Amino acid sequence: MSTFIDTKPTQDLESFKGVKKVPHEEFYSSGHRTCQGCESAQMMKLLAKAAGPRTIILGSTGCMYVANTSYYSTPWGVPWMHTQLGSSGSAALGAAAAFRAQMRKGTMKDEPINVIAFCGDGGGADMGLGAISATMTHPDYNLLILMYDNESYANTDIQISGTSPYGVNTSFSTPGKVTRIMHHRWKKNVAPLMIAGHPTVKYVGTISTSYALQAMNCVRRALTIGGPTFIHCLNPCPKGWDFDPYIAHELGELAVNTGIWPLYEVIEGRLKLYGKTEQIASGKLKRLPVRDYLLKQGRFAHFTEEDIEYFQGKIDEMWEKWLVPGVIPLLKDLEG
Amino acid sequence: MATLTVPVEEKKKKKVEQEALITGAEAIAIACKLANVDVVTAYPIRPYDTVMQYISQLKADGEMDCEYIVAEGEHSQFEIVKHASVCGARVFCGSSGVGWMYAMEALTVTPALRVPMVAMVGNRALDDPGAFGVEHNDALAVRDLGWNLVWVDSAQEALDTALIAYRVAEDRRMFVPIALSCDGAFLTHSQSLVKIPTQEQVKEFLPPYNRGDLLLHPDNVISVAPQVNEDWVMEIRRQNFQVTERAVSVIREVYADFERIFGRKYGNPFFEEYMTEDADVVLLGMGTMSTPVRVTIRKLREQGLKVGFVRLRWFRPFAGEELAKTLRRFKAVGVIDRDFSFGSPHLSGVVATEVRSALYPGDGAKPPVLGFICGLGGREVTLPDVEKMAEITLEAGKGKSQPLTQWIGLRG
Repeated sequence: MSTFIDTKPTQDLESFKGVKKVPHEEFYSSGHRTCQGCESAQMMKLLAKAAGPRTIILGSTGCMYVANTSYYSTPWGVPWMHTQLGSSGSAALGAAAAFRAQMRKGTMKDEPINVIAFCGDGGGADMGLGAISATMTHPDYNLLILMYDNESYANTDIQISGTSPYGVNTSFSTPGKVTRIMHHRWKKNVAPLMIAGHPTVKYVGTISTSYALQAMNCVRRALTIGGPTFIHCLNPCPKGWDFDPYIAHELGELAVNTGIWPLYEVIEGRLKLYGKTEQIASGKLKRLPVRDYLLKQGRFAHFTEEDIEYFQGKIDEMWEKWLVPGVIPLLKDLEG
Repeated sequence: MATLTVPVEEKKKKKVEQEALITGAEAIAIACKLANVDVVTAYPIRPYDTVMQYISQLKADGEMDCEYIVAEGEHSQFEIVKHASVCGARVFCGSSGVGWMYAMEALTVTPALRVPMVAMVGNRALDDPGAFGVEHNDALAVRDLGWNLVWVDSAQEALDTALIAYRVAEDRRMFVPIALSCDGAFLTHSQSLVKIPTQEQVKEFLPPYNRGDLLLHPDNVISVAPQVNEDWVMEIRRQNFQVTERAVSVIREVYADFERIFGRKYGNPFFEEYMTEDADVVLLGMGTMSTPVRVTIRKLREQGLKVGFVRLRWFRPFAGEELAKTLRRFKAVGVIDRDFSFGSPHLSGVVATEVRSALYPGDGAKPPVLGFICGLGGREVTLPDVEKMAEITLEAGKGKSQPLTQWIGLRG
């Protein structure tokens, strides 16, 4: 046990025991301009509700800034500040450090304050990855970095990011006469990056707004456990993914049930799959074919059978060949 | 590794001003300690980063109570303190050269966000071409953005100006960041005798940082920096403009109070005049070039040549009216730019261009303003260099036409 790590107490945020136990009070309300069916906005609502009023939120540039907060209106019922595209990690650290110093010196009332910074996949997995990584190494500061992943730079009219799926049609990866697949890179495995790369981090989780109760409880666990924490949420995007807003929730469920988006938490070194992912891993549930998910989205309309097979193969590999299925892409040692 | 030259125990013994032989960097570290800074972010780049080494030692020795965070890059370094400041912390940061440029996104937004940070710039050449030595372009890069900029030429002035900077920046009429420039190596790393004020004096001079209703805290439900677009950007910029209209008088007030409490008289805060009372011509510049310039002027005076020196301290706000009034007394002005501004009018450096701009309006005398580029990349401004520039300026003062821009001290 280290005598130098000095984490201050966090708030006592108990998990919600069921949907009916979730309070009605909203801390993210009307006053935003997000698209109909925007699951990222849904994430913000769940995040704020789970965190409660003794919270400050730093929002890096992206849809959840530009589409969310336009003067004169704001949806935020907690203090909120914009930060730069690559700054979610540094913003959270700065806020936490400021509160810590002032509380220690007695110039601010000493109480646990939730410090949360959010980033999109562009701001988090690309530009801001370095800053988030640095922040994850600071054990003394209680904070949460939440990455809402709509698999593109959505606010700038849908471009490739480091978490964009293989082959996807975006304005920077347009299928054309000569090249059909302009983006042949595989999606970054961000949550495991955070786990494997930062041995003192106590909480990393993946969530889905389609499983809202579990999502909120993951947020609460992250805010309660102490130290820097990270949550990655997959958020279907009607505009970017090209689907009827009506099926946003369904798509989120399909992402999980095909095994494409595994749900898990790593709490103080212990991996725990949850929800449908746990059922897939234990064999209770068979993974749905990826085509059920892909072909409901216009962004994959140009896919051939070959592309779908490739995609399916990669997901199969994830579950059948990885050392920790769905999580760690080191190949198992197969003999014979 | 830097070691503190001011013994800790001695300081504790007496409650009177101490004197110590310290560098510009150590002087600023001590100012941060006296100012009871809350959050400091560090990142290594020469030559400013010695200040962060001193602060590390101060914290480790229990001399300073602050959060000391080593960032993973200058962009994060400045973003961390930017947000710490909005959450109520008094912050200190700094960089040099391309490190400062790496932070540029953060630097750009702090004036509009009304973040009163004090940052030390250890002026360093922008490299490539690879160099560690002094050039002023790094700090000057933010001159249009709403930062206040001040150059000092001694460790004493560095310490005093750091305290002044916190008082000016955190004045609610200002609330914009200030960059305190110290010439790399020549000031950051050279030692001179510095009087160190007492904590009591600083307490009297510097009230606590109070962000009022702009504080980001759960008791104050505000949304900071929403999208405003063409509807409101201009009005927000106008607010920063109004700060600049107040800046000169606020700075004057603060220097007057500084003199009252600390007993050190800086006179005109914006620029220092040396042997200008009866001067025919003056040289003008910023930072530690003042040493070779003053030495040369004394030598030229012995020869009967009436040359003076105007050392600009505050580059932003640029006290243009007052400077113009002063410069109109002389027959010619030789501006020594330790910077470059490629493609500028008459191909002069930044300071020469601004001085000419200050002199242009109005009916008063318009002495020729010669631009000299000297001392780039850490090259010394030598005594012969200064002598040459003085001679050229004297010729211009006699009515003999001189090139508007000349590079002095160049090889070949």
